[in-house]
Amino acid sequence: MVAMRSAGADDRRAAFDALVGAYWKPVFKYVRLKWHASPEDAADLTQGFFLRAFEKDFFSGFDPSRARFRTYLRTCLDGFVANTRKADARLKRGGGVTLIPIDFSEAERELRYQAGSLVDDFDAYFHREWLRSLFASAAGRLRAAFTERGRADRFAVFEQYDLAPDDGERPTYAELARRLGLSPTEVTNELAAARREFRRLVLETLREQCATDEEFEAESQALTG
Amino acid sequence: MISEPALDRLSAMFRGPDVAGTRYELISVLGRGGMGTVYLARDTVLDREVALKVVERPWLDANEARTLARLEHPGIVPVHDFGELPDGRLFYAMKRVRGDRLDRWLASGRDLADRLGVFLRVCDAVAFAHAHQVVHRDLKPENVMVGEFGEVLVLDWGIAGHPQNADGQQQIAGTPDYMAPEQARGETVDHRADIFALGAMLESFAETAPVLAIARKARSDVPEARYQDVQAMAADINRFLAGRAVRAHRERLVDRLARFGRRYRLPILLVLTYLMVRVLLLWFLRL
Repeated sequence: MVAMRSAGADDRRAAFDALVGAYWKPVFKYVRLKWHASPEDAADLTQGFFLRAFEKDFFSGFDPSRARFRTYLRTCLDGFVANTRKADARLKRGGGVTLIPIDFSEAERELRYQAGSLVDDFDAYFHREWLRSLFASAAGRLRAAFTERGRADRFAVFEQYDLAPDDGERPTYAELARRLGLSPTEVTNELAAARREFRRLVLETLREQCATDEEFEAESQALTG
Repeated sequence: MISEPALDRLSAMFRGPDVAGTRYELISVLGRGGMGTVYLARDTVLDREVALKVVERPWLDANEARTLARLEHPGIVPVHDFGELPDGRLFYAMKRVRGDRLDRWLASGRDLADRLGVFLRVCDAVAFAHAHQVVHRDLKPENVMVGEFGEVLVLDWGIAGHPQNADGQQQIAGTPDYMAPEQARGETVDHRADIFALGAMLESFAETAPVLAIARKARSDVPEARYQDVQAMAADINRFLAGRAVRAHRERLVDRLARFGRRYRLPILLVLTYLMVRVLLLWFLRL
């Protein structure tokens, strides 16, 4: 966000890519559910929203002292979707600027997986989807970092225990130790190390999304609830 | 994709520290800051309440914790314990201090002499830490407690060391209103960053020109223009309390005379009374 306000085109573009990376999924899902958009329309609206935001510099008007960035972004998004629908205009995709590649089918699959849970509080929904996106990004970085250091086993402990999709399928420390050929104590230590690194990466990712120390402080506190 | 149960699990990892297997039980949150959260906790071994600070980022290492634990001074909250929680976060347990935070204590309407008395005790604790090569780096009224028995304690020495990120770079920590310019720029700081913070604290409740002058000297932008140690600053405050000229303030003649009058009120009254009696006696004798 700081870089988005800076004069350098490369910095601005990099900051914008980070922003799209953090928010495209929550935006897509939100448009699908709140605005009852078809998958194709939601994909167009998501691309169009970020494209317009980049061209018109939407986010430079954000004042961290007045609202959270997520709230601001959602307000901009609601305005954009409402205006687009009112004008019944077809969205132009691309427009000479290539956005970062977005695999909307992945978000659509996630939505189907989540089907069945009714959304009655879109603010809370958007926050939760942003959190999911933040954790997924940090988990991706964690995997890459451990693989690069030759510690894929450490990520495996974290993945199988903390990222287990279902509580019922979650292994015990002893089972995990057997599966991975470790002692239970090693599982405990590896898990603690992986969690510590995961926490650091989450905060690092969050820091990249915040314009100021105050905003980061507020976001960290929202995270630690 | 991160499933709903996994999302709940990961969120829980950030909400509260995992104290399972430790001697502490969490009771409530006492306060939150940039460096971590302070919990009211029970030490189940000694059956007493402690303040448990859980550090979100690696501000502390064991050496720094040992340094803090060695700072035994009546104005510094003692550290009882230090360690790593099962979730990888670091913690340290401190004495739980009951009383008022200095910002609230100041807001409850105290006279300047009382305020300066408390401030001098803060200076005393900070000077002691500096003598042990420990810089607080986040001094502010919210980090000072005025206890039930009038004791004054400086808290939150959590960033007293040299916080660095994973790449070994200096981290910027502190509170903007009290942060020295060199600290805000992320440069290496020394004890004079604390003197700047003390100046900012003093300025927040200074009412008279000499005290304001002390505060402003302490919070000069350039470290070399500040008091070079806390004792020098405290000495100037003591001079003010004793009715003497402070070194940070160039007085006008009228202010000097007024201060002289206040300081020597009784002798001046006695001399004036004596002179009046002499004049009256002479006048009567001439009649």
